[in-house]
Amino acid sequence: MTSPIDHVERRGPQRLWPRLPPRQREEGARAALIAAASTVVVIGLILWWVLSSDTWPAVQRQFFSGFHFRESFPQVLDGFWLDVRMFLVAEVLILAIALVVAMIRALRGPAFLPLRAIAVVYIDLIRGIPILLLILLLGFGVPALQLRGVPNSPLFWGITALVISYAAYTAEVYRAGIESVHESQRMSARSIGLTQGQSLRYVIVPQAVRNVIPALLNGFVSLQKDVALVFVLGIREGLREAQIYNASTFNYTSYVAAAVLFLLVSVPVARFTDWYTERDRRRKQAMSS
Amino acid sequence: MTDKLRIEDVDKAFDGKVVLREIDLAVGEHEVVCLIGSSGSGKSTLLKVVNLLVPVDKGSIHLDGVEITGPDANPNIVRQKMGIVFQSFNLFPHMSVLANITLGPRKVHGLSADEADERASALLERFGLLDKIDEYPDRLSGGQQQRVAVIRALASQPELMLFDEITSALDPELVAEVLDVIRGLKEEGMTMLIATHEMGFARDVADRVCFLDDGLILEHGPPAEIFSSPSQPRTRQFLQRIVDAGRL
Ligand SMILES: Nc1ncnc2c1ncn2[C@@H]1O[C@H](COP(=O)(O)OP(=O)(O)OP(=O)(O)O)[C@@H](O)[C@H]1O
Ligand SMILES: [Mg+2]
Repeated sequence: MTSPIDHVERRGPQRLWPRLPPRQREEGARAALIAAASTVVVIGLILWWVLSSDTWPAVQRQFFSGFHFRESFPQVLDGFWLDVRMFLVAEVLILAIALVVAMIRALRGPAFLPLRAIAVVYIDLIRGIPILLLILLLGFGVPALQLRGVPNSPLFWGITALVISYAAYTAEVYRAGIESVHESQRMSARSIGLTQGQSLRYVIVPQAVRNVIPALLNGFVSLQKDVALVFVLGIREGLREAQIYNASTFNYTSYVAAAVLFLLVSVPVARFTDWYTERDRRRKQAMSS
Repeated sequence: MTDKLRIEDVDKAFDGKVVLREIDLAVGEHEVVCLIGSSGSGKSTLLKVVNLLVPVDKGSIHLDGVEITGPDANPNIVRQKMGIVFQSFNLFPHMSVLANITLGPRKVHGLSADEADERASALLERFGLLDKIDEYPDRLSGGQQQRVAVIRALASQPELMLFDEITSALDPELVAEVLDVIRGLKEEGMTMLIATHEMGFARDVADRVCFLDDGLILEHGPPAEIFSSPSQPRTRQFLQRIVDAGRL
């Protein structure tokens, strides 16, 4: 059902700055100028207001001291590197485990009821518990049991707690994706003789994952910060190192140094997520028009 | 003629709403049976029941004389002998035409990639779609998509084909190319059960036409009989409406 008008509108990708006729181009340039000028004015006003206030010197000493930044940075960076590694290991495990849980939840038929029930109970239970509680419970609790054949390191149990918790949320993200795939796709897959498992694996899940990539990326951003929670176990990651520095100097710049490092990772991922989501939305619009 | 498919006394209800009532229907080897009837009369449900995509509440279905609705029947095995094509959303959008067609033969029938590719190419060639082998479904016309869906079903070498209004989501000018594929299958002797709104096509291709009304098979017989002198007033009414709409 393509009308000639559709073709005109669909030609070529949309541009951020669409090519416009001269008159409109002039107006576009004026708009850009206004945006730039107002940004400079607003930021200038805020800076002037902050820097000229009576308390600014004290704030600067406490939070933005160049000396303390240089002093604490190497240590904090060292710790932050552990955060990055924890994040990578945890994220891979989370994506895999959550997918398995979501697939189990998507199985139909009475034979799979026990498996489905286990998946639902796991998700409900874990989502109802504060993540910090889980970290404390596993990170201090399990090593205290001194079980043989079980790792005793708080680091191991800290990451385990993060994985268990995030996998429950991520399984729900996958599930939303699985449910967004049209029922006919499942029927088509079954009708050519694929088993339930094969249908999920080859037909449903690939489409489902594509549908929830933005949500998964949001999960990345949030895990990238939450790995720092294991500092409560005494693990010397970035936040812990900042805290240690602060405890001996009573200066908070080390926290700011840690914050800068977390931002350096999370802001690009957040921007990328937005960019990807927008591209995805446009593509879907183009396809359905 | 031996029966390829025999449906006996099948009932089906969804949440208490009866959709199929005491359905008795046999389809002989090489026979083509068309299901007609107004929207909601249960045509799609009947086809899904035969393909075991929806369980029956009562009654039984036999394929080649073997009951397929019993507790020991394995739906995955049963479905390997049948192909079904739906109204829309048939193709897997994330796979090329080739991958769509070879998925079943490779994963279900255990063909090697080469064997499956060969089979797919031969079918695409036969239906004039070989040049689309590497395309993705969203780059095909609706008619081409449905033809690929038919080919995908045929790639599993079914002995019975089920079609559920496979042209009703298509632009009128694309209907013919899809119906021609079914005509070709009839010439080869494929056994088919076809739900359709295309009365001209049903009259043309069917050995027998079955009129479904509110889940009940009101009458069935050769198309000449059903279309020119239906015995039931409901059938007459239905056909009259179709004539009025200019579709017969
Ligand atoms: N999964 C389901 N759950 C509940 N009700 C259903 C379901 N599938 C079908 N029905 C109902 O069963 C009845 C018959 O539907 P069916 O799709 O078989 O009719 P149809 O003859 O194929 O109609 P159409 O010509 O519109 O395709 C309808 O009233 C429909 O609402
Ligand atoms: Mg239908």
